[in-house]
Amino acid sequence: MTTVAATPRFNTGRLKDVSFWAEWAAAIGLVLLVIVFQILNPTFLSTGNIASMLVAAAILVILAVGQTFVVATGGIDLSVASMMTLGAVGFGQAYSHGWGLTWSCLVAVAVGAVTGLINGLVIAKGRITDFIVTLGMLSAASGAALILADGKPVTVIDTTLLQLSTGGIGVFGWTVLIAAVVAIIAHVLVFWTRFGTHVLATGGSREAANATGINTDRIKIAVYAVSGLLAGLAAILLVARVGAAEPASNTSFLLNSVAAVVLGGVSLLGGRATIAGPVIGALLLTALTNGLTLLGVSQFYQPLAVGFVVVLAALLTRFQK
Amino acid sequence: MSALLSADGVSLAFGSVQALKDVSLTVAEGEITALVGDNGAGKSTLVRCIAGVHRPDHGTITMRGESLHLKSPEDAREQGIETVHQNLALVEDLTVWQNLFLNRELVHKMGPFGLLDRRRMQRQAREMVATLAVNVPAVGSRVRRLSGGQRQAVAICRAAGFSSQLVIMDEPTAALGVQETARVEELITKLRDDGRAVLLISHNFDQVMRLSDQVWVMRAGRCVGGRRTADTTGQEIVGLITGAIQ
Repeated sequence: MTTVAATPRFNTGRLKDVSFWAEWAAAIGLVLLVIVFQILNPTFLSTGNIASMLVAAAILVILAVGQTFVVATGGIDLSVASMMTLGAVGFGQAYSHGWGLTWSCLVAVAVGAVTGLINGLVIAKGRITDFIVTLGMLSAASGAALILADGKPVTVIDTTLLQLSTGGIGVFGWTVLIAAVVAIIAHVLVFWTRFGTHVLATGGSREAANATGINTDRIKIAVYAVSGLLAGLAAILLVARVGAAEPASNTSFLLNSVAAVVLGGVSLLGGRATIAGPVIGALLLTALTNGLTLLGVSQFYQPLAVGFVVVLAALLTRFQK
Repeated sequence: MSALLSADGVSLAFGSVQALKDVSLTVAEGEITALVGDNGAGKSTLVRCIAGVHRPDHGTITMRGESLHLKSPEDAREQGIETVHQNLALVEDLTVWQNLFLNRELVHKMGPFGLLDRRRMQRQAREMVATLAVNVPAVGSRVRRLSGGQRQAVAICRAAGFSSQLVIMDEPTAALGVQETARVEELITKLRDDGRAVLLISHNFDQVMRLSDQVWVMRAGRCVGGRRTADTTGQEIVGLITGAIQ
């Protein structure tokens, strides 16, 4: 009986393998999209447009990373956008009551983390399906945001916040750098910590994870708290970008966060995940809308294009092994 | 042979169902002890008590003379009792080495944080698999790609690999083909030869007669008898199981 010590990590045979292409669908799609848009409109890859695309993608990247943790456990967080809205409103209220920027930011993050924690607790302890609980939170959080803000936006004028959304290093705005740091930390968490392994194990087989003594309830609670916390962080970037804390519904952020995760090749059944995939997925979605706008395609066609791309990517992932 | 583990007067009820009634048996060191009985006789329930999943209502479980108060499977594991579950308890999407080290990951400690020591885990996993000398592919492959026998081997490897003294196996070959069964049986024998005690639940009489040193028979929640395998016959065991021999 022979034991093969290790398989080579990469060989040319993989290029003929459909599952290889499926795993890299988002990256290949992004490259193709960039080439096509660049041919059709040479300003697409101008420094200015790249910078604005990256800034536009930052919030989505952060939400998609949070969504990835949840999806990796086999769940789904339908409340990410609403938690972000509630976090933004919390920010606005704190700011307008003179709490200052630092405390307002902390309020936004805390509001997100607490709502996420509630999601997790109800799902893990109440034994209710993820879908139902976060659907409820989607409605509850946006309702709470409307009540708290009395339906009115709060204008936030702060030089530091303005700096955050306009300044940066080279083509990378501060918000882009924040999103990049979030993605890197998330990557380390997933692949280099016990927590990450336990998240994947919980999604892969909750029964098996339990049998080895992993507290899967705690993992479930943790991933929803992470998703909420990141939604709170995204809220700060949203307020910085809009210049106001609005109780708006932000539904497109929810749909795009799930779409980015699917594009990134993360299985909605849980158990398999990368961070790079959803990040590239988020960039692809942003490049798609940006490119269509540059080409003067009516805004009405953008959701259609996004839907088309997402389903196409999902079809490709069927070939994943 | 001295007793490694003994159960004395263990009883357990689930509501009005008395699953275990005053069960007493011993597992000797360095032996394969078989536990046989019909479906619903209480074998799995007893084994779950020993593995820390259930807590008996009455009776004690002692290991090397010390009585155990197991509150969870982790407690049992700390005492050196490992279980290979009927449903294997492997995560298909993780690799062989990740499964072998699941919830016992090795980390580089950095204050409150710890980064996985992937290289050391992979190396040790390779060693663990190699000592069992079974047909297991690279430790970096996902469990999803393994055959039933290979999966069982990984599960046994995990149970055997961590200084365990008693390995409990619930129907380890139930879902396997002839060749794979033979390989897993080799593994079980090897565990004994390495000085570990094995508690084996099996429906396969030939297997029990072939592998075990001691047989305990359960019927309707009671332990109705124990025999040295060398001194008994398959027929006698069947008689005990069905109640033809009282």
